[in-house]
Amino acid sequence: MLRRRAAALSDIRAFFAERNVLEVQTPVLAPATVTDPHVDAIPAGDGFLQTSPEYAMKRLLAAGAPSIYQLGPAFRAGERGRLHNPEFTLLEWYRLGYDDQALMQEVAALVDRLLGSDQYTFNRYDDLLAQSPAPAHEPEELRLAAAIESLSARRVFITHYPAEQAALARLHEQEPGTAARFELVVDGVELANGYHELGDEAQLRARFDQDNEVRRRLGKPERALDEAFLAAMAAGLPDCAGVALGVDRLLLLAFGARELREVLAFD
Amino acid sequence: MASFATNEFRSGLKVMLEGDPCSILENEFVKPGKGQAFNRVKFRNLKTGRVWERTFKSGESLEAADVMDLDMEYLYADGEFFHFMKTDGSFEQVAAAVAVVGEAKDWLKEQEVCQVTLWNDDPIAVTPPNFVELEVTETDPGLKGDTAQGGTKPATLSTGATIKVPLFVNIGDVLRIDTRTGDYVSRSKG
Repeated sequence: MLRRRAAALSDIRAFFAERNVLEVQTPVLAPATVTDPHVDAIPAGDGFLQTSPEYAMKRLLAAGAPSIYQLGPAFRAGERGRLHNPEFTLLEWYRLGYDDQALMQEVAALVDRLLGSDQYTFNRYDDLLAQSPAPAHEPEELRLAAAIESLSARRVFITHYPAEQAALARLHEQEPGTAARFELVVDGVELANGYHELGDEAQLRARFDQDNEVRRRLGKPERALDEAFLAAMAAGLPDCAGVALGVDRLLLLAFGARELREVLAFD
Repeated sequence: MASFATNEFRSGLKVMLEGDPCSILENEFVKPGKGQAFNRVKFRNLKTGRVWERTFKSGESLEAADVMDLDMEYLYADGEFFHFMKTDGSFEQVAAAVAVVGEAKDWLKEQEVCQVTLWNDDPIAVTPPNFVELEVTETDPGLKGDTAQGGTKPATLSTGATIKVPLFVNIGDVLRIDTRTGDYVSRSKG
C-alpha cells in the first residue's frame, strides 16, 4: 500500500508538472479558519489546523501567482467514518482563466489517469435531488446522500448547486439561483468539489456573516473573518476556477478498498 | 448514566434506544456536499436480537446501556428458570427465564461456562461456547464400518436437541457440535 500510495502521489505531481501548474505550500496552522457552519476546524496553538488551503492559495493568486496546486494534509474536527478521517490528504488546485466547465474537463483527465478512462455524466443538483429514493420529508442532505448512492452512472459531475450552497462559487449569470459549483462522484464516493471562484469582497463578506448567523443558530462558536483573505480579494482575485479533491478517497477507489483506513498508514 | 455523542459511536458500543439496550453494529458518517452531517447507525437490539437502523444528526447523543457480558457456569434448570453462577469465586447466581435463554438451551451442559449478558444486572441473553461436546441419547443403530461420506440420520442429544449426524454414530457417543450452526463437527474420543 505504501508503495502504491507513493506512486500515485508522484503520478499526480507529474500530471501538474506536464501542465505547468506550480506546486505551492501554505501554512497548515493559521490564525483564522473558515466560517462554513458545517466544517469545524481543530483549534491548535493560537489558531487552527486548516480545513483546506483555499484562503492562503487565493491570497497567492491575488498576489500574482500563476496556476498553482497543493498536495497536503487538511483537518476537520469530528469527521470520522468509512469515508472520513479527521486528518486527510487534500489536493487543491487553481487555474487562471478557467471556468467551472473547463476545470471539470481537467478533473476528469486527472481521474482518468489514476483510475483509468471512463465516461462522465453531468447531473444538475435539482434533477439529482428529484430522483432521490428517500422520502420527501427527510432533510435535504439525506435525500441528496440517497440520490448519490443510487446513481447508476459510475462517474458523475453534479452541477448548478443552489445559490444557498454556493460556498465560495460565483452565481451563474444566465441561470439565476444557481452557483458555478460542481462535485464529482465516482462509484458513489464524493471525490471533488470545485468552483468558478467568486472574488467579490463584499459578496464574500456577506456570505461569511450569513455563515456566522447559522453558526449562532446551531449553538456553534462563531468564527472571526479572515481579514487577510478578504483584503486580498478586495485587491483583486484574477478570474479562475479551483477544486479540492480527496486524495485518500481517490486511492481508495484506485485500490478497490472499502474503508479509508485501508489506504492510510495510520488512522 | 453516561451518554455517548455520535462522534463516540463505534461498533460494540452498548447504548439505550427506545427503551431497549442495543449494541452498535455499524456506524456510517454521512456528510453530503457541504451540508449538515449525519450518522447512519445499525444496532442490534440485545433483548430481541433484531437489527434496527436509525439516522442521527451529528452531535446528538444516546444514553449508555449498563450491559455486561460475563462468563458464567451453567448449573441447572428447574423448568421455569436456568441458573448460572459467576466464575469469579463469589458463587453469586442469576436465574434466566426460558425466553431469555432461547435457542441456547439446546447447547447448555451442566458445569459448562457460557456467556451471560446482563442489563442492569438482569440476564437478557445467553451465548453458549462456539463448540460444545454432548452425548447422544437416542439414534438409529450405527452401521458398522460405514465411515464414508454421504447419508445422515437424526440423533437426539442429552440436552434434548436433535441434530443430523453421520450414519456411523451410536447411542453413547460424545459429539462435538458447532453451536452457531447446530452442525455436527466430529465424534470425540473417550
